[in-house]
Amino acid sequence: MRGRMTMETIKLTIDNKQIEVEKGTTILGAARRMGIDIPTLCHMKLDDLNIENKPGGCRICVVEVQGRRNLSPACITKCDEGAVVRTHTPRVMNARRTVMEFILSDHPKDCLICPKSGNCELQNMAIRLGIREITGQEIAEMSTYRKDTSPSIIRDLDKCIMCRRCEMMCNEVQTVGALSAVNRGFMAVVAPAFEQNLEYSPCTYCGQCVAVCPTGALTEVDHTGDVLRAIADPSKTVVVQTAPAVRAALGEEFGMKPGSLVTGKLVSALKELGFDYVFDTDFAADLTIMEEGTELLARLGKFLNGDEDANIPILTSCCPGWVNFFEHNFPDLKDVPSTAKSPQQMFGAIAKSYFAGKINVSRKDMVVVSIMPCLAKKYESQRPEFSVDGNPDVDFSISTRELAHFIKQANIDFNNLPDADFDRPLGESTGAGVIFGNTGGVIEAAVRTAYELYTGKKLSRLDFDELRGMEGVRQATINFDGLPINIGIAHGLGNARKLLDDVRAGRSTFHAIEVMACPGGCIGGGGQPLHHGDSSILKARARAIYEEDKNKTIRVSHENPYIINLYKEFLGEPNSEKAHHLLHTHYFDKKAKIIVKQ
Amino acid sequence: MSSIKIELRKEDVDKINEICDSFGNEQSELINVLHKTQEHFGYLPAEIQEAIASKLNIPVAQVYGVVTFYSFFTMTPKGRHPISICMGTACYVRGAEKVLDEFKKELSLQVGQTTPDGKFSLSSLRCVGACGLAPVVLIGEKTYGRVAPDDVQDILKEYQ
Amino acid sequence: MHLLVCGGTSCRASESALIAESLKRELEEKGLGNEVQVIMTGCFGLCEKGPVVKVMPDNAFYVQVKPEDAAVIVAEHVIKGKPVKRLLYVNPSTGEHVSGSGLMGSYRKQIRIALRNCGSINPENINEYIAREGYAAIGKCVTEYTAADVIDVIKNSGLRGRGGAGFPTGLKWEIASKNQADQKYVVCNADEGDPGAFMDRSVLEGDPHSVLEAMAICGYAIGATKGLIYIRAEYPLAIQRLKIAIGQARDYGLLGNNILGSDFSFDIDLRYGAGAFVCGEETALIHSMEGMRGEPTNKPPFPAESGFMGKPSNVNNVETFASVPVIINKGWEWFSSIGTEKSKGTKVFALAGKINNVGLIEVPMGITLREIIFEIGGGIKNGKKFKAVQTGGPSGGCLTEHHLDTPIDFDNLVAAGSMMGSGGMIVMDEDDCMVSIAKFFLEFTVEESCGKCTPCRIGNKRIYELLTYITKGNGTLADLDRLRNMCHVIKDTSLCGLGQTSPNPVLSTMDNFMDEYIAHVTEKRCPAGSCRDLMKYTIIEEKCVGCTACARGCPVNAISGERKEPHFIDQEKCIKCGACFERCKFGAVLIN
Repeated sequence: MRGRMTMETIKLTIDNKQIEVEKGTTILGAARRMGIDIPTLCHMKLDDLNIENKPGGCRICVVEVQGRRNLSPACITKCDEGAVVRTHTPRVMNARRTVMEFILSDHPKDCLICPKSGNCELQNMAIRLGIREITGQEIAEMSTYRKDTSPSIIRDLDKCIMCRRCEMMCNEVQTVGALSAVNRGFMAVVAPAFEQNLEYSPCTYCGQCVAVCPTGALTEVDHTGDVLRAIADPSKTVVVQTAPAVRAALGEEFGMKPGSLVTGKLVSALKELGFDYVFDTDFAADLTIMEEGTELLARLGKFLNGDEDANIPILTSCCPGWVNFFEHNFPDLKDVPSTAKSPQQMFGAIAKSYFAGKINVSRKDMVVVSIMPCLAKKYESQRPEFSVDGNPDVDFSISTRELAHFIKQANIDFNNLPDADFDRPLGESTGAGVIFGNTGGVIEAAVRTAYELYTGKKLSRLDFDELRGMEGVRQATINFDGLPINIGIAHGLGNARKLLDDVRAGRSTFHAIEVMACPGGCIGGGGQPLHHGDSSILKARARAIYEEDKNKTIRVSHENPYIINLYKEFLGEPNSEKAHHLLHTHYFDKKAKIIVKQ
Repeated sequence: MSSIKIELRKEDVDKINEICDSFGNEQSELINVLHKTQEHFGYLPAEIQEAIASKLNIPVAQVYGVVTFYSFFTMTPKGRHPISICMGTACYVRGAEKVLDEFKKELSLQVGQTTPDGKFSLSSLRCVGACGLAPVVLIGEKTYGRVAPDDVQDILKEYQ
Repeated sequence: MHLLVCGGTSCRASESALIAESLKRELEEKGLGNEVQVIMTGCFGLCEKGPVVKVMPDNAFYVQVKPEDAAVIVAEHVIKGKPVKRLLYVNPSTGEHVSGSGLMGSYRKQIRIALRNCGSINPENINEYIAREGYAAIGKCVTEYTAADVIDVIKNSGLRGRGGAGFPTGLKWEIASKNQADQKYVVCNADEGDPGAFMDRSVLEGDPHSVLEAMAICGYAIGATKGLIYIRAEYPLAIQRLKIAIGQARDYGLLGNNILGSDFSFDIDLRYGAGAFVCGEETALIHSMEGMRGEPTNKPPFPAESGFMGKPSNVNNVETFASVPVIINKGWEWFSSIGTEKSKGTKVFALAGKINNVGLIEVPMGITLREIIFEIGGGIKNGKKFKAVQTGGPSGGCLTEHHLDTPIDFDNLVAAGSMMGSGGMIVMDEDDCMVSIAKFFLEFTVEESCGKCTPCRIGNKRIYELLTYITKGNGTLADLDRLRNMCHVIKDTSLCGLGQTSPNPVLSTMDNFMDEYIAHVTEKRCPAGSCRDLMKYTIIEEKCVGCTACARGCPVNAISGERKEPHFIDQEKCIKCGACFERCKFGAVLIN
């Protein structure tokens, strides 16, 4: 529609070339359309997700606009009719360089041992601008801060350049509010309240701050050393599970184009690294569908019978960032989400009970490692309720990025690895398990199974396009053979908050709501290869996930033969007592509390 | 991620709630709320910021971000006799820096600190508008004009 | 008869309130309590000679009055009609006691528009304001003028914003009036934060109603019904008087619904600043009023399009507003007849530093620095030599004797490398080191930078560090080049006016006093003798009588010498505290 409307356009000249753009376009936007790559640092735009960080603070993107007294930041300066813009005059180049030297004069120079080295936007900018020395460094004071490490995230604020991306993600996109700009002037930095550790904040460990940090100020806690030690220990049986979104992104770390599916190479690499059993979290995703789908149908049944305590809508509970979010912000609704554990934790519970028994290994001699696109999974695996006598169901959770480093460290030629298959029995999965990696995927998988179980009929189509896409909040009604089921989907916690506010206010008309904390779902997780502000990467990963689903012979969870077998051999029925004991959990009220002293 | 629990006395919680209510619990009134609260408590410790955040329904990180932005707000209690040395330009060119140095020396105190006995705190401020009296020192409500470094000991004696 | 006692900050600090009490008591005792009124007014402007008491209608001007002088003033002047000569102002050039402020040099060149009522009325009594044409302007507007007429008057008057940059006020109003919205705001910027400027405070303390009236006029012109005054919390007296004034204006129907029976409604609330200089920048001010960190945002959008709560807002400073009612009352022709071609009317300056008459002055645009410093200001203190005057505070620069005869207006000051700023005017003499002055202002900027943009957050810090380095005698000529480049880039790339002007004190001192910079880096010498690290204390053998006073006073035992023999300072040990210099009665200690 937009194309057909007569939109106001503006003509201007950038670097002696004319361009016509829509009114409201920034100089940066116009220049990029012309192929002129104005360097930027604080600016970040994820087009398809409607996320933009544009404080105009770093001043790297300044350009000369004829008639203006000062240089203008291209990222926030709108194009004016007839403007004459120059992006690389000596004045501009000197300014950029000097500004960059200012930033570097207040930045540690320990690039060699920085976790971001080689993948750092600041480092790349220093290279691009050809900075060789910082004059006057010897008299330049640096702003230094206490380092903070939490279960998931390390904050090294000496490396913060005040781009404010993390603050924007945490507040505007996620509405978590753990971070804010604090202090003033030279000591200004982004931090939690009282510059305390993240542990004492409402942080959900979604890791979106880490995902957008251009420097080494925010990084993940690295567990690869622990994993290596476990592998090296001959008394341990080390079992690894890999989440669906990992296979759609890991290739990027090895120079492959975004959207390359590397499932087979991933399995090979894990075997090469020395894991004893290479399994798939997708198997546990299928298991989740059995449990959550059954719970949904049970609650729905009650609801349709007019039971007021039916707790409809049901909310998905696979995403640990999301779980943390509602525990902090909606503790009054903590009975609404499904009690089903996340696939990672279901896997750990089954591996250390059912599988350990099968191969005759005691629980304490088994180490379960998960490869996750997520940083909140690190925290989740450390929740005390997910351990037995202090032995956690999942011992270590490492991110896609950590795995990539691990593979490189082991000089494995990833690109030329042959494909290999997951081990059995916990490595077999369906297409429904795979799509857990995308926003909308969990609910689509649930619909596939719930429909067939509820109606007793086979689905004529398995692709629910109405549940897919990148819109922040989506809704669809699926016809369960005459029964319309209203489904809501939110990705990004700010979007989730909108749906939850409706539930709290009794306005929600949904029967089921899927929430994923990260924009795009797990494919955009805080542990994934860095997108550096390119949202087309996220779209390519999403496509790869759906492609994997299409290629699967079985695409509904309840038909996974190993799942059927697991229930037959071990669990009995979905939502059975044993299933409840191993596969379900409960939630806590974590809202900050004021205790009144008498 | 662990749940934060803060302890406050009932009358303090009531006071904070009363202040927030008086501004309609509007988030945009945060600075006014902080002014009133600091007026009452003398300073804005972490627990009080938590209570304000909770009452106004804004993240405490944001409250802290505001408190640390404005130099008027403080998280440490001021001394019973807060000493402020005007460092406006007029006072500066008439030797305020030397007066400040003298106070620092006499009290073994840096700007922004309070003596261990809670008696004096030292701060510098920008132009109180008494340039005719430069350099100017304020102790509590009392103004001292045309202060020379040599006067510092005598001034402090008034508070012994 | 009225006794006006100055209630400005300087005079109050010198116990002027006690004087007022004493006067009242004396009058009561003499049974004159009902006939003669004692009024605490706003600042008279002659802070140097405070506390000041003025007897009206005689226009007798008593200076440096003490509470115990109350008796003689009442007995002699009030009862017998004989001015108390010894308390009258003394003309520094003639040595004569002068009665009548009109005769005093410091008042002669002044035209008081913004300060018209300061020192003349009781700011806590609306009737006194009304008696001096107060609220006549808003009356005229709502009965005779359309909104467009009001904007035309202000545009034609040539009034420019007194807060710093000098943007034409009428144009600003016009832009705000053209943006349609369900709600608009009039904002008064009273976050005066310049070190060395206190004119807004004086207006608010001395004549709060003029600001309220002007805001209502602005509201009428742009179509706003709500006004907000953003005022520093550090100005308790101004806040108190504003609150009283707002209350009185509401009671009189001059604020609130249907002002003076018209369709126009307008009311005003206060918002408090909390000690952040950057909040003088209008976008930062608006964020602060919204309860957030006072960080500026890029303009456009200007507040006139999207301001407080995203609504069109017109922000003017106190002095600008204070000039508005007079312009309406006396006509734009009158106002524009004062001043220079492009800068009309008057400007209030806070004259301070090494000058005889420190105080608040209001002068016509186009006056020269020479007139201000040597006629109004009474010349340099202690007969020292004039070196420079700093205008515009941390955003401005230094003007030298070359500029003494330049007519002062917005554009000439900018051309001379400074700016009007909010009107701080600090006079410096030969003892002031210009590198240190630049450092002083940069220290201020570093402390007050909000930290949002790189050049201001880090760049200013780097400039400050380099200036410190130079004043310690460590700099090189190459450092001066680097300093200049950093200054230019910070000006060129900073987000808001704070950073865009913060290097001005450095650049202007470099332009005008480069020899001082060079002396610091090449000779390791401070020509003004003010940089402690570059000072060298030596004892002139011929003058030293060996009294040992210096050696006994030296805190680090750096001075040696036998009794009655010339003494000697060990330069290695010397910490340059100056104790020896102060103790020597024979002028034997030399500083260089």
